Amino acid sequence: MIKVHNIYKKYSKIQALEDISFDVPRGEIFGIIGPDGAGKTSLFRILTTLILADSGNATIDELDLVKQYRLIRNRIGYMPGRFSLYQDLSVEENLSFYASIFGTTIEENARQIEDIYNQLLPFRKRRAGALSGGMKQKLALCCALIHKPKILFLDEPTTGVDPVSRNDFWNMLQRLQAEGLTILVSTSYMEEASLCDRIALIQNGRFLKVNTPENITKQYQRHLFAVSSDNMSLLLGDLRKHPFVTSSYAFGDVHHITVEFPDSSAKEFSQWALQIREFLMQCGHTNIFVSVISPSVEDCFMDLICLPQEQAVPASLSSVVNDD
Amino acid sequence: MMSKTPFSAFVRKEFYHIFRDRWTTLILLIMPMMMLLLLGFAITTEVKNAQILVLDPSRDEATRMIINTLEASEYFEIKGEVTSIEEVETLFRKGDIGMVLVFSEHFSDKMLHTGKAQVQLITDGSDPNYALTLTQYATAIIGGVVQEFSAAQGSIPCQIHSDVRFMYNPTLKGGYNTVPGVLGMVLMLICAMMTSISIAREKEFGTMEILLVSPVKPIVIILSKTVPYILISLINLTTILLLSVFVLKVPVTGNLLLFFLLALLFIFVSLSLGLLVSAVAKSQMVAMLISGMLMMLPVILLSGIIFPVESMPLFFQWLANIIPANWFIKAVKKVMIQGLGFGAISFELMILSGMALLLVLLSLKAFKKRLD
Repeated sequence: MIKVHNIYKKYSKIQALEDISFDVPRGEIFGIIGPDGAGKTSLFRILTTLILADSGNATIDELDLVKQYRLIRNRIGYMPGRFSLYQDLSVEENLSFYASIFGTTIEENARQIEDIYNQLLPFRKRRAGALSGGMKQKLALCCALIHKPKILFLDEPTTGVDPVSRNDFWNMLQRLQAEGLTILVSTSYMEEASLCDRIALIQNGRFLKVNTPENITKQYQRHLFAVSSDNMSLLLGDLRKHPFVTSSYAFGDVHHITVEFPDSSAKEFSQWALQIREFLMQCGHTNIFVSVISPSVEDCFMDLICLPQEQAVPASLSSVVNDD
Repeated sequence: MMSKTPFSAFVRKEFYHIFRDRWTTLILLIMPMMMLLLLGFAITTEVKNAQILVLDPSRDEATRMIINTLEASEYFEIKGEVTSIEEVETLFRKGDIGMVLVFSEHFSDKMLHTGKAQVQLITDGSDPNYALTLTQYATAIIGGVVQEFSAAQGSIPCQIHSDVRFMYNPTLKGGYNTVPGVLGMVLMLICAMMTSISIAREKEFGTMEILLVSPVKPIVIILSKTVPYILISLINLTTILLLSVFVLKVPVTGNLLLFFLLALLFIFVSLSLGLLVSAVAKSQMVAMLISGMLMMLPVILLSGIIFPVESMPLFFQWLANIIPANWFIKAVKKVMIQGLGFGAISFELMILSGMALLLVLLSLKAFKKRLD
């Protein structure tokens, strides 16, 4: 459905996209996962024919991205990263406006958007600007779906939306997928990665990896521990002093560390955990928990962007994690 | 809901934008009237009841006559007498006095016998326009009186009296100049500025992204942006005309149909200018600055509404020629005030048409089918 070959895009100074290639088969939810500024929006704008790539080519539903852009525009639904509906128009007016510009009506497509529209019905006379974040997203999705597109491009649809609404939103996407839609979705929330069929991890305009979330976590090579104590801010610094800790970063309420022991085969994981615990006690920490954990997509991402031990977690990533 | 064409949906949406924002509505419908009334009444070079003082050591027949005539005119009001020239400066400083009239001694004697009687007009030069107008009015009146007086005394008038008559505007009402100027300004403001702002808003709020991704043709987006502003301009045109006829007492002497045709052409020029600006501007602020600095200011300064273009350096006179509003204002004066017909404004119409064609072509070329 989507075929992308060697796309490059450069703004005046920044290489926004570098050698991007991937295929998305029909009916797949393909996630593009990466921190803010990684190039997700640029990629979406290129694929929705809004901007031109410097080089490389792509086809959407067998149509050439550059030459047949008018035809492509009929078949795709696009939901930009920021809320892009008319704030001074009511829910109903927004929907009927977008229906009209695609030459259709709300009624004609009632079935397609029924699910979501029903949730909006109580607010249909309300101005879009006065909706809650979750409702805005639903309205935007409705507007993107109103002309029965074959492919849906969702650029960070869940950013700034509460966890319950985000959950709702992903449920909707899965229902849409069941109806045969192909969905390309980007997010900076790593935990949403597992909801996609396949994901691409993007950083500084490059794809680090393209695979299913399961395969990506399976390929994780390191030994991962979660650590917590009474003083979390000091803990991060102290962990980095440990000679065998190769990286450490904040992860929600705990810190994750990767550890490389010189005689890795000799000891059991639990003994390593004990050893780290002792080290932290000597540093003066109390209430210490150290446990072996299995990696999440975010851990794989952190591993892929090769954080040197001393380097802090990128602000955007750690804030995303700490938001929860 | 009934099925609508993209175009009518667009136009309807545009009207929602305009009437749901109190400030936009206010700017579009109330401001033009405010501008007309403000420029028509407050910012005017008309002289009415200017307060003058008299220093009259002669106190003879001739000076009495001059003073009485000045007093009798609606332009001046004699505030009182001063006894020495030294007082004048302190009185000027207070700021209420527009002019001081100083007669020489033995005024009528000198006038009748030597023909060299002197009267000095002292004005406050810190407002040169006003001062100039005052002296012109006073000179004209005094000249008339002197002639009359000499004739009555049986001697040959010693001065050549110039009889100035202002054609089409005999009483020198400011409104004759203001109304065409405000029309030009308002149409420019509404069409060029508001159109460019409304397109820039789509870009700023990101809605343009979705519009561009939709199969709607750019020409539909552009046209639908302009239709509401054409309608609002026509409404404003009518209110301004009504105000000028009934409040400012400036009559429409020419053909109304020709006048509206002219206005439509100018609206068209302004709209295409607005579209051109919107192609460049990425945010409402930028659109407003560009249209404000590049279009409104030159129109205000170089169109002769406030300052006469004829007395500007050549460069500015030349610059004034490329401002569409100037041609419109010129033509409006001809049709509205002088009551001239199509033949008289054919040159202006030609220039405006040329500008319209050029600007439409440019703005269609500049409108982007993509984001960057």
